[in-house]
Order: sequence, then structure tokens, then C-alpha cells
Amino acid sequence: MRGGRFILYAAGLAAALALSHWGCAQRERALTIKGSDTMVILGQRWAETYMKEHPGALVQVTGGGSGTGIAALINGTTDICQSSRPLKDDEKRQLTEKFGGPGHETIVAMDGIALYAHQDNPVSEMTLDQVKAVYTGAITNWKDLGGPDAPVVVYSRENNSGTYEYFKDHVLGGADFAAGVQTLPGTAAVVNAVAQEPRALGYGGAAYAKGVKEIAIRRDASSPAVLPSLETVRSGEYPIARNLFYYTRRAPEGAAKAFIDWALSEAGQAIVTEVGYYPVR
Amino acid sequence: MSAAATGPLAGGLARGRAARRVDAAGWGFTALSGFAALLIVAMVAVIMGNIVWFGWRAVTWDFLVKAPAEGMTAGGIFPAIFGTAALVVLMVVALVPFGVGAAIYLHEYARPEAWFTRAVRFSVNNLAGVPSIVFGLFGLGFFIQFVGRGMDRALGLDVVWGQPSLMWAALTLALLNLPVVIVTTEEALRTVGHDQREASLALGATRWQTIRNVLLPQAMPGILTGAILSVSRGAGEVAPIMFTGAAYFLPYLPASPTDQFMELGYHVFVLATQSPDVDQTRPLLYGTVLVLLLLTFALNLTAILLRARLRARLAGRS
Amino acid sequence: MSGVPNTIAGDRSTALARRGRRRWTEAFVSVVLRLCAFTAVAGLLLIMVFVFREALPILTDPEIQREASIAKFFATPLWQPVGDVPKYGLAPLLVGTLKVVMVAMLFAVPIGVLAAIFASEFAPPGAREALKPAIEILAGIPSVVLGFFALIVMASWLQGLTGSVSRLNALNAGIALALGVIPTIFTVCEDALRAVPRSYREASLALGASRWQTAWNVTLPAAAAGVAAGVLLGLARAVGETMIVLMASGNAALVSASPLDSVRTLSASIAAELAEVVFGSAHYSVLFFLGAILFVTTFVINVAAGLFVERLRRRLAGA
Repeated sequence: MRGGRFILYAAGLAAALALSHWGCAQRERALTIKGSDTMVILGQRWAETYMKEHPGALVQVTGGGSGTGIAALINGTTDICQSSRPLKDDEKRQLTEKFGGPGHETIVAMDGIALYAHQDNPVSEMTLDQVKAVYTGAITNWKDLGGPDAPVVVYSRENNSGTYEYFKDHVLGGADFAAGVQTLPGTAAVVNAVAQEPRALGYGGAAYAKGVKEIAIRRDASSPAVLPSLETVRSGEYPIARNLFYYTRRAPEGAAKAFIDWALSEAGQAIVTEVGYYPVR
Repeated sequence: MSAAATGPLAGGLARGRAARRVDAAGWGFTALSGFAALLIVAMVAVIMGNIVWFGWRAVTWDFLVKAPAEGMTAGGIFPAIFGTAALVVLMVVALVPFGVGAAIYLHEYARPEAWFTRAVRFSVNNLAGVPSIVFGLFGLGFFIQFVGRGMDRALGLDVVWGQPSLMWAALTLALLNLPVVIVTTEEALRTVGHDQREASLALGATRWQTIRNVLLPQAMPGILTGAILSVSRGAGEVAPIMFTGAAYFLPYLPASPTDQFMELGYHVFVLATQSPDVDQTRPLLYGTVLVLLLLTFALNLTAILLRARLRARLAGRS
Repeated sequence: MSGVPNTIAGDRSTALARRGRRRWTEAFVSVVLRLCAFTAVAGLLLIMVFVFREALPILTDPEIQREASIAKFFATPLWQPVGDVPKYGLAPLLVGTLKVVMVAMLFAVPIGVLAAIFASEFAPPGAREALKPAIEILAGIPSVVLGFFALIVMASWLQGLTGSVSRLNALNAGIALALGVIPTIFTVCEDALRAVPRSYREASLALGASRWQTAWNVTLPAAAAGVAAGVLLGLARAVGETMIVLMASGNAALVSASPLDSVRTLSASIAAELAEVVFGSAHYSVLFFLGAILFVTTFVINVAAGLFVERLRRRLAGA
């Protein structure tokens, strides 16, 4: 019957395709890098350029949040974890339990967490305390920040994000986010939301700030208001500056070492600046 | 009118007027239901129109055959198309034998009141209702953590099977679509007339010979329908594969069942929520959505046409 | 030539051998097919076992219970699983799921049921030709595409319409969810209405009732069990749906009554957080626990729907 023969041909074709591919499965195992959504654009750029310069090398970068990467490191499903926050004691303990050591940390770039607001928002400066107050729900209206009388629409990252954790620890001092804070799964989503909503406030890596306005931050009422930039982040003047890390289970070796060394080289760090972060040297 | 308002015909006229009043309520009800139908058509038109309008320009030949570049702001979606294809091929290979086998069992061998038959039917019905994210959890908890890790331990490997991969994602989707294949295949088997079966048995053929030579060939369109529907669903479901194998960006195409893969539906999700430059990726996002929709619609249309043919045959017979 | 026993003398032994082989094949095939059918049962059982198994530590492991336990689920109104002191308050997730599902059913049930009535009772053939493909197309749209549409397009429209503070909220996700559920409700209801024998309708019309009176007073009640089944199946789908709410609801773990507020559902929480859990941790068990809740809820609803379908079948078979 016609239908039956068609199936036979289709199955044969599929099998042939599959088999032909199985044959070329003799390629190198790819170096996997997983984790921070903040760092994923940097990681991808690095991977693209590295693979162009070193034909035959395979590097695979996925996001998902720093927490995802750290979990993958502990679960053994990634070679390098890219994280925008340092490992917690609990995580170091789990690594030691499983692999005999608390993991190896390499700082590969620096970042400033910018506070994003809509381009037309008249407010351009806030103190750290005001930022904390908005995110914990103590301040809910822009008029308390020197702006118009309108409710603040607050955006945050999902809790698997290193940016989220860093923000919680360093800006909120460990306090809980207000329940009404909307969470989005990526920095780009936060930027997108803020760009469309005149009353919004969001945070994320400074490299993503396109189409929105960055708010200058004062450490306290008497300090100058500072925008994130190479100098202010390096010098520590910008209060919400942080390191971006690559974690490996042990000291990097082989393909991982080659890649990390390249990332820390001039060529690699030039890309860091291109992407919008700040180089380590 | 006023002369007739009283008199022998007044009751009838009054009843007629009352009937017309009641008719207004009837018209209202009919109109409301018609409005509901219209609303559905309108919403579908709006959604499809929006996607086609913003997406058709992005779907060029380059888009379909190149890999993504520049952090997903340029390039194409070929790896996602390839990954989707690899995924559904593996799924169908795993799924169809079991689904068809189960359907044959239910149709030919099962006694309707046996507890086993009832258990199978109950399972088929309720498997279809399990949320897709629970399938994702199952894929992670059973296939990756239990079976995969077990295989690694047994084979003395580090981490090869105990991680997200094509194989586990395909198996998870196969379980998800098992009810679809079983139900459509059974429907198809039912269209093959009893007279054919009985004639074959009367000629001395055994049950299996009858199934293989008489029933299965005639039920083929139905089996195909089920397979195609399962492929269509498999290509569109994202929750079951999010944690069992789909990846955001891979520099290579999956070449073995232990590889991860890019996938169209997952790509839509990631581009919509996590792309680094939303304005730049918007055309690609729409393009990917359009490609995914075209794929699922083409598959569904084929399945519908096949099913119509089956139903026509059944109607012709009865 | 299959199956015809060859009794010509001299071929006796081959005939017997062939019969023996055939008997063996038959037995083998019967076992294989039974195993295939068993995969459906095994699948459902395995899902139950493994989802519950990974959720069990919440109830049995004291170390996990220090972080998350049934009591802790209701002791706090906050859902903040990541932090120095993780908080696993279930209330916002339950309220969020309920809100989105209610909004979705509020739209989907009237539209789905009324459209089904229209299609089976009133529609002129032209309208039916337009409606069926529309429903098929809607049914074929993957939920990730509906979520995409709600996130990128519908959220802005709705915000313009309602002036809500949150662009992504329960209303947005609820309407998108309704779009996903309407085909289910429509199809099952339409099938049920179509299964009502024509004699019912004809008798009613012969007695002088109008078409809508027939539909409302005769056909619909006769198909009531089927309609109920359709609604229940739609409800189960709405409760379990993940991608639409993940993309369109804002994912804020908030307890509020307003549909214009962002919500976080059970399913979206699992999807958003599963990637970052360390296997075996308390958070991991909590997410599987949420999965178990979803499974049990949809299971109960589906079983109820099945019972209604049975009742419909019995009722109409008797006529």
C-alpha cells in the first residue's frame, strides 16, 4: 500500500541521515561554560572569537543565571561556571564534599550594576539607601525620590541570577525584596521592560544599558553621584561594582586553561571593553 | 389593529406578540453565541496577522541555513531547525513502535473488562492530562538522575549519560505523546472492517498474520496521522525539554544522542526573554516564531487531511 | 502462501514444524504487544513514583525540613527561595495560580461553550467552515508562541487599555491562557452536543420551540455531562500550563486580589528555578513538591472529567 512504502522510505532516509552523522561524531568534546546571564554575552563573544582564532576548538556557552552555573559545576555538568557573584560557603562546602576542594576562582572582568530608568524620567540621582528603600517596598512613589507623583514599577531578576543575589546582599543588605517586585528572567528583559515603562526602575549589568537611562548613585547623602564607568568601577567610587568570575572545580587545565588564559590576555580583555564591561588589568 | 385587540382573535394575537418578544431573547442568545465564534476567529486572525506581518521579512534563505551570530542579533536559526528535526526523529523512533503496539493490543487482544485493559485505558487518558512541566521534572528526576547516572556508574564513566541530552529529551517527549499515537492508531484500526479480519482468519491466517498483512497496511494512514500529530506537538513543547537537553547556543550540531541541541520552541523562549539586545533580535524572534508556526501548521494540516480520508472511509463503510 | 496447512503426505513433518513456529510466533507477538500496552501504565506509574520520590524529603528528611517543611510552607507569606534564609511560602504561588486560572476560565468557558453551541446548533454552513479551521489553527499554536504574543504584543495593548502599573500581570497571562484552553473546551463541548441524537432536537422543534429554546432547554442539558467534561479538561490544562505564564505573568510572588498585579504560578516557579538547583538540595525537593501538587490537582480534575464523559456516554447510549 502506498502509505506503507512511503513510511519505509522516510524511515530509511532518516536512518541514513542519522548514520551519516554518527560517523562524524569523532570531534573534540566541547568546553562547556554555563551560568551568569550577565556574563553570557561576554562569554559568547569570547567563544566566537576564540574559536575563530583557534580552529578546531569548541566552546559552548549557555546562560541561565549564576545559580544555574554553580549548580551545574557542583552537579558536574559544566567545565567552567561563569558567575557574577562569589561562591557562598555552602556551595564551597558542597564542592569540597564532592570534588575535594572549594573550587578555583578566576576574576575575568569587572562590572558595575546600573540602575535603569526610562529615558524620560526626570530623576537622575539616587542614594544607595533610596535604592534599597524602593526595592524593599519602603518607598513606592517617585515623588519621594524627587520625581513626579507616580508609583514606582520595580523590576528585578529571577532568583537564580547572580546579579539578583549580589544586589540582595550588597544593596539590600540581605533584606527581602518587596513582594510586588516583578521578576524577569534576563537582564535584557529588564532593560526592555524599563525602556517601555516610564515609571519603571530596574537593575542589571552596565553593559546592557541601551535605550534606557542610568541613574547616578550616591554612596550616601554627602557623596557625589557617580555613574558606572571604567574609572569609577576600578577605583571603587561607583558603589555597586563587582567582580565577574570564572569558577572551575580544580585549578584549570587543558582546554579550560587555554581558554581562560586567552580571556585574560590583551585580546580577550579588549573584547571585555567592547562588550561594555571593564577589564581586569 | 385596535379593533382586533379585543375579540375572539385577541388571545392569538397576544400570544403571537409574546412569541415575538421571546424571540428577541432567542436572537440575543444566538447573536451572543455567534459573537463568541466571531471573537475566536478574530483573535486567531490578529495573532497570525501580527506574526506574519512582522516575521515574513526575516525568513530568508540565509535565515534558514545559517547559524546565529553576533550574540543572536544576526545570522539564522539552522541549528535550531536541525536540533528540532533530530529531536523529533528520535522521538518518533522511540514512540511509534510502542504506541502502535499498544493500540494493536487494545484493539485485537484486550478483553474490555479485564483489569489490565482498564488500567491501560486509564493510563492513556490520564497521561494525556499530565502538565508538561511535570514531564520535564520526570525527565530530570528519572531519565537523567536515575537512569543516566545509573548508566554512568555501571559503565564507570564520569558524566556522559547523566546529563541533559537529545536522548533523554526525546524519550520524555515520546512519553508525552504516547496517548496521541495510541488513540489515533486505535481509531485507524477501527476503520478496517470486521469483514476483512474475519475473511483473513477464515482463510486460516493466524492473528499476527492478519494484523501484519491485513490490518496494519490499511491502518497506515491513521498511524501516520498519529506520528505526524506527535511530531507537531513535540516540536512545539518547550517545558519538557528545558531541563532535559535544550541549550541556548551551541557552536556545533548535535552528532550523537548524548549531545545537547538547539530547538525552535526553546529558541523562541530564550530570544523573547533573555536576548542581549531586544530591538535587534526582534525581527529574528518573529522570524523564528513564524518558522515554528509554519512547521507545526504544515504537519497539522497533513494530519488533518489524512484523518479526513480515514473518516471518509469509515463513513463509506457504515 | 500463508497459513494453509500442507497435509500432502511426505510434507507432514515440515507442516508440523511450521505450525509449531507459528504458535511460538503468536505467543511471542502477544507478549510483545502486551508489553507495549504496559508502557502506558508504566509511564504513568513512573511519573508518579519519581516525582513523589524526589519530593518525599520534605516529609521525611529532618535536614531538609530545617529549611523547608509543610509547616514552613504556610508559616511565611514570602517566596524567596534564594538567600541567606530561604523562604518557601506557598501562599503567593497558590494565590497566583488560582488568579490566573480564574481569569482564564472566565474568558474561556463562555467563549468556548457559546461558540460550540453556535457551531453545532445555529451556524450556517459558511460560518462553520470558517470556525473549524480557526479552532484547529488555535489548537495548533504552541504555548510558547502564545506566551511570546502575550509578552511582546498583548501586554502593551492591555496596559494601554487598563492603565495598570504592571505590564505583565494576571490579566495578560490569563487571556493568553484562555486562548490556549478554548480549543479544548470547544472541541469537547461540540462533540458532546453533536452526540445528542437528532430526535431530541426534532421532537422539541416539532412541539413548537424555537431553535434557541431547543438548544438551551433540550440539547444543552442532554449534553451537560460532556460540557462539564470539556470545562474540566480545560481547567486541568490551565492549571498545568507553564510557558504562557512563565513569559507573560511577571512572576512576582505576590498575594493580592487584583488581576492587574503580577503573579507567580506553581508551574512557572518550577520552570524558572529548576535550572539552578543543586540536585538533592532542599530547593530541589521543594520544586518537585510543587510538581507533585500540580500532578495531583490535574490528575483529580482529569479523573472527574473522565467520569463525566462516561456518564454522557451512558446517558446518550440509552436514548
